[in-house]
Amino acid sequence: MAELVSLAEGVAELVHDGDTVALEGFTHLIPVAAGQEIIRQGRRGLTLVRMTPDIVYDQLIGAGCAARLVFSWGGNPGVGSLHRFRDAVENAWPGPIEIEEHSHAGMANRYVAGASGLPFAVLRGYVGTDIAKHTTTVSTVTCPFTGEVLTAVAALNPDVAVIHAQRADRRGNVQMWGITGVQKEAVLAARRSLVTVEEIVDELDPRPDAVVLPGWVVSAVAHVPRGAHPSYAQGYYDRDNDYYQAWDPISRDREAFAKWLDEVTA
Amino acid sequence: MTWDADEIMTVTAARSLAGRTSCFVGIGLPSTAANLARRTSNPDLALIYESGAIGAKPTVLPLSIGDGELGETADAVVSVPEIFNYWLQPGRVDVGFLGAAQVDRLGNINTTVIGDYAAPAVRLPGAGGAPEIAASCRETIVIVRHRPRILVDRLAFVTSLGFGDGPGHRAALGLRGRGPIRLITDLGVLEPDPETCELTLASIHPGVTVDEVRAATGWPLAVRADLAVTAPPTPAELTALRSLTRGGSVA
Repeated sequence: MAELVSLAEGVAELVHDGDTVALEGFTHLIPVAAGQEIIRQGRRGLTLVRMTPDIVYDQLIGAGCAARLVFSWGGNPGVGSLHRFRDAVENAWPGPIEIEEHSHAGMANRYVAGASGLPFAVLRGYVGTDIAKHTTTVSTVTCPFTGEVLTAVAALNPDVAVIHAQRADRRGNVQMWGITGVQKEAVLAARRSLVTVEEIVDELDPRPDAVVLPGWVVSAVAHVPRGAHPSYAQGYYDRDNDYYQAWDPISRDREAFAKWLDEVTA
Repeated sequence: MTWDADEIMTVTAARSLAGRTSCFVGIGLPSTAANLARRTSNPDLALIYESGAIGAKPTVLPLSIGDGELGETADAVVSVPEIFNYWLQPGRVDVGFLGAAQVDRLGNINTTVIGDYAAPAVRLPGAGGAPEIAASCRETIVIVRHRPRILVDRLAFVTSLGFGDGPGHRAALGLRGRGPIRLITDLGVLEPDPETCELTLASIHPGVTVDEVRAATGWPLAVRADLAVTAPPTPAELTALRSLTRGGSVA
């Protein structure tokens, strides 16, 4: 049964130096507060996994937490580049970062395989592109029934998945709704999981189309109101588009970023 | 009404979606054009976003592919694995609508790096959903601004396949979709030559010369014998576009 913890306790207990960590949330419900807590606790050598390493991974990369990045699209949505990510890849600042990149379909299927207890997933993907030339976790598999050659991608099984959801009850059952991305698969694929939530309630009343993660597949739940800001939590607050715009000049400039980092870690 | 180069590009792109049932929408220029199509040429067009929104009907232009507005107005919201596996992969979506950092003469797309992969001059965002959108939609439409560094002869990195090395390449790879049927820019419209698959100039926007288009293209651009001039945007198209891009409610 999931433990109810503070964010600091959850990160301290579940996220260790050198871990493979997946913070998921597809535009909606991005666990930004948890990412900043990982920065505050000074984790190093992480393999960061995420389909869309947007602002939250730009911050972790700039802060020097990451040794590797596994991803499929790295940008500031609707604004432009992630400059801390680019500085790491192009100039090895603040340190070198190894990258492993995929398509969205490939990453989604890697989580599905991980959640399903399978070593790989099958899809029609990557064909004719240069992506597979640089990525050892893409290969081919021959269909035993038809002989067709299909694309195979290796399962992803992170040490820990971190997600944000709207609500949990006191037993750690988690409920989220709206665009729920690949979070269910990420939690089920991971060895451990930390879920931050907007609200802890006595009783989770059923909601149509909600994704529910029973408390017995979640390691810990932390009550972190506005924990997805500047992304949004449907039913609680809207996406803070101004923050995404304001991030651009901070991210572009090492000094401006250092100042931001001082404020976050103060 | 007068218009600018971006406006005729977006209007032309929106017209290209007439008669289609469903469109898998990339963010940025494609999303603006697809949302304009729903307000002009094709009110019933089902917009599909990779965040899992199927049949999204946003009243304001989304800034990202997962804005709340998309999920809240959609016919259905599904998970990311589902949108790719059940909806895109089997080839049930009519049009994939993509932007690009670079496009080559055979309609291949680069959104990964400029320069050497291991030591890039510019690190771009990467693939996102595009490789499988370009592979599996029945047809693809690409929209970019027309510049020599964007429309290039050959790509150093192919992120999403157009016609690959040329005629027959897609079929040999087993891809189901036809590939790029049109490249829409702020200067004109390029379409693949039926024999060679090379993108050739099919239409120029009013006031643009063929020489200008050639100068902005990174390969020796062929011009179709039946070169057309794009019909100018109508006042209704411009009004709908401006209300969309200025953030007004256009429901």
